[in-house]
Amino acid sequence: MPRTEFSPSIASRPVYAGLTSQGATPAIMLADAEGAEALIDLAGQDASVMDRAHLIYIPAGAPHGPRLAALGARLYHEAPSFAACLERYRQALAEAHMGSQLYLAGTEGLIGQATAEALAAGLPADAIHTEHRGSVARRMQCVHCKGVTENVTTDPFICAHCGLTLFVRDHFSRRLGAFQGVCVDAETPGIVPPAQEIKP
Amino acid sequence: MKSQLLRVTAIEPLSPLVSRFRFEHPEGAALPLFSGGAHIVVEMPDGEILRRNAYSLISDPLDGSCYEIAVRREDTGRGGSRFMHTKVAVGDLLRLSVPLNLFSLDLRAKKHVLIAGGIGITPFIAQLRQIARLQVPFELHYAARSRDEAAGLKLLPDVPQIHVHISDEGNRMDLGAILGAQPLGTHVYTCGPEGLIDAVAETGRRLGWPKAVLHSEVFMSPPPGAPFEVTLEKTGRTISVAPHQSLLEALEASDVEIEWSCRGGACGRCETGVSACDGHIEHHDHWLSDDEKASQTKIMPCVSRFQGAKLALDL
Ligand code: FES
Repeated sequence: MPRTEFSPSIASRPVYAGLTSQGATPAIMLADAEGAEALIDLAGQDASVMDRAHLIYIPAGAPHGPRLAALGARLYHEAPSFAACLERYRQALAEAHMGSQLYLAGTEGLIGQATAEALAAGLPADAIHTEHRGSVARRMQCVHCKGVTENVTTDPFICAHCGLTLFVRDHFSRRLGAFQGVCVDAETPGIVPPAQEIKP
Repeated sequence: MKSQLLRVTAIEPLSPLVSRFRFEHPEGAALPLFSGGAHIVVEMPDGEILRRNAYSLISDPLDGSCYEIAVRREDTGRGGSRFMHTKVAVGDLLRLSVPLNLFSLDLRAKKHVLIAGGIGITPFIAQLRQIARLQVPFELHYAARSRDEAAGLKLLPDVPQIHVHISDEGNRMDLGAILGAQPLGTHVYTCGPEGLIDAVAETGRRLGWPKAVLHSEVFMSPPPGAPFEVTLEKTGRTISVAPHQSLLEALEASDVEIEWSCRGGACGRCETGVSACDGHIEHHDHWLSDDEKASQTKIMPCVSRFQGAKLALDL
């Protein structure tokens, strides 16, 4: 699956420039599902980028694990979910030194949460490199109940926590790594536009 | 309030070349507080010439009872520091600008690494007080040629985070080691000669540090050069700039008022448009981009000079 091109939007909407090698510096790499292919392409550009890399992969049903494992990262680890590898990821950030690079590839939910963790750990934004691949499903925060609904693919959608019907905004919280969902029928209760699939 | 007349209440040598000057309000009023890294500009009426030099404040940023600066005597310089060392006495009144900070700590940092070369230690003295209150991890590396030159030694607290590198004693600063193992969230601040700032930037680049966390302040006074003339477009006046005078000082001496803050090519305040240029502008500032410099359509009169047939300013 190639890199996703998103249509232009408000400044709040994150953009993902694509991965380019920063050389053989210490690096943390985190990818989910189709994001693996972005890392495979990255290693294709410059194999040395893997020499000092700690690579964490969340397959989410994708078949790319063996190819990723063969890239020669210093450390390779697979995890079933972001939550399952969060402690390992935090530990890697805690042990990292300035000059380390972070490569994130895959869905917006993963990139957003991993970026928020890295910034909180003190990694400068300029050391974070991102590429979107795969599903355009979004991680949404309900602005009313604050609950987060993962893998939202339609607009509007039903909040998994409070049951309101929420409009999918491009307004993004960098702190939470989530887009904001706002009640779509607050003024006209019960009048809800038909759900459409979210487009890039 | 842009400036205030303050009394010199103490002058104390810190090293053979560097003295500390203390200023207080003549009626004992409290002075505006500042933040670590701030500077003031001292007006020095030296005969016909009114000089203005910027100095970092080295007193406690939260102490409004006085301002202190450390002045290094430069006998080959333009005379500002010599004026301070030879003409200023306790009891004198001097005009000081209010503090301005172009080199403040980034308060988002999880750790501060301060790197000083020579007299570049001065902004860090006040920053250390601020860091102590913030209780954020830090380290300071202070490089000087000899112990005699290291005037800052008298001003620094005796704590293990402070590392002194005296090159005469064979203890040189190893930038690769300093930048090689810093935790995430570290910001670096360098003050000193241009060579040191370039070396930190180059080491940082090699180790993958983003530029945004490498801060620096060059200690720059206007460099002397060949005399030149400028024409003021709006009035048609021609003004001569002497070898040891900056263009800004020449304009001020002719009663042409220009906005300024740092007088060292860093803040951008004095930026002036060039309406005609037949020759070469010697850009000494750290403000204009390389493209702007090459276009010769702007000049920073506080530090930059000119060589050639004609320079006309939008003034
Ligand atoms: S006064 Fe600051 S750049 Fe000239």
